[in-house]
Amino acid sequence: MTSLDLSTGSLRDVNAALQTAESGEFVITHPQGAHALACGLNASVEVKIEGPVGYYCAGMNQLATVLVDGNAGTGLAENIMSGSVTITGNAGQSAAATGHGGLVVIHGNASARCGISMKGVDIVVGGNVGHMSAFMAQAGNLVVLGDAGDDLGDSIYEARLFVRGSVASLGADCIEKEMRPEHLEFLTTCLTESGMDADVSGFRRYGSARTLYNFQPDDVDAASESTERSDG
Amino acid sequence: MCGIVGLFLKTSRHEPELGRLTALMLEQMRERGPDSAGFAVYGDDKDDRTKLTVLSEGINTDWGEVCSQLETALNGAVTHRMVLDHAILETALDGTDVRDWIIKNVPKSTVLGSGHAIELYKAVGDPRLVAERYGLADRAGTHAIAHTRMATESAVTTAGSHPFSTGKDSCLVHNGSLSNHNLLREILESKGESFQTENDTEVAAGYLAWRLREGDTLVEALERGLDELDGFYTFCIGTRDGFAVVRDPIACKPAVMAETDDWVAMSSEYRAIAQLPDVGDAEVWEPEPARIFAWSRT
Repeated sequence: MTSLDLSTGSLRDVNAALQTAESGEFVITHPQGAHALACGLNASVEVKIEGPVGYYCAGMNQLATVLVDGNAGTGLAENIMSGSVTITGNAGQSAAATGHGGLVVIHGNASARCGISMKGVDIVVGGNVGHMSAFMAQAGNLVVLGDAGDDLGDSIYEARLFVRGSVASLGADCIEKEMRPEHLEFLTTCLTESGMDADVSGFRRYGSARTLYNFQPDDVDAASESTERSDG
Repeated sequence: MCGIVGLFLKTSRHEPELGRLTALMLEQMRERGPDSAGFAVYGDDKDDRTKLTVLSEGINTDWGEVCSQLETALNGAVTHRMVLDHAILETALDGTDVRDWIIKNVPKSTVLGSGHAIELYKAVGDPRLVAERYGLADRAGTHAIAHTRMATESAVTTAGSHPFSTGKDSCLVHNGSLSNHNLLREILESKGESFQTENDTEVAAGYLAWRLREGDTLVEALERGLDELDGFYTFCIGTRDGFAVVRDPIACKPAVMAETDDWVAMSSEYRAIAQLPDVGDAEVWEPEPARIFAWSRT
């Protein structure tokens, strides 16, 4: 295990060490709210950050496992591709924005626009999410154990949103949908993987009414014989 | 961009080091606003005396002479001390009368703030140098608000720097831009507010000053402001014994807050708050949009 201290080393050096490693475990101490920490990782390294981080922590993550023991500012795990990013505290706005894949786990609350334009990432929030979460979400899952703010899933495409608490309001073209066995099964797996303890029967599902956009899933591959839209 | 910081002490424990802590926070926001900076410090509060901070850009202005003229015109004692190009006047006279007299009679001067507790300094240049030149780190007090500016809506001038104060002991810093400030300025002028710059934030400060003068509490004034101020904003506001933070309903401009038993702090970025004592024990959160967070010392 390698320990890197941000009170003595520079952010650039710490990020370079993380980005060039091909494997191994790292502990970052004294982050002091530094921005863009552990960004652009592209190998299956394990990184633990002991303390609060600033903007854009663990952005563009691929393969790596990043744990933040503290809070995070704007843009946590922005555009995550794979791997996982977990924080024990609260996340600022736009957490996991545009994420293509992987898993983002926020044990506290996430602020506004959590999962905005998400494209395949799974996001699990132990607390609440702020307004306009999953705005224009295209694929992936947003699981919220607490409440959702105004305009959840506004202009949503095909992502699935699961909320256990209240939803202040749904955004344009976002509607409640039935919970089917495969959704309960997904939630069970996802919550276990995230280390969250919650009864899956308490969740409600929301998704796109598909009245706002003209994209047809069948058009993706004209050769496919899909006769029914995948129900989000 | 712009960076803002605010520190409100809930107990007297850190009062002697208010300025030092605020300077540490401001230093972290240099990159967000490298063109100018300013700070307001609340302290040495006395009921029977008003302090006025006046930016004096006329190199030949003799503030001893100005004070003599003021004493004759308004019939009361006025003393002054200089902190570089800022004159700090102290008087038992009505602060509004003194402010209006200075605006009318002293060319190349801008009344930055007045009240029982507030002193307000601002200048063009690197925020670190501004803090050093005006001795921020040495100041004691109960609460402070500071700003680093990257100008968008008006020119890079000292008078256009934040914080803005138009009412007694009230001041405001702003990250964002208002879109209806010209209309609001005209409306407020018709209600008796006077403005010294073309700056949008001064209009927001004037709006709050007007509402407070009309009898609103700070929270009431801010609630009304959510309806009437159009644009992007994270505001941090100080009053004689109060402190508040509010963001517009969309909340694109950043803000983070933290609170312990001894203090409440806000900033554009957490790294400013990371400088504060016992921050490891603080509750830290991003303030929700269109919600007013307010504290007061009673």
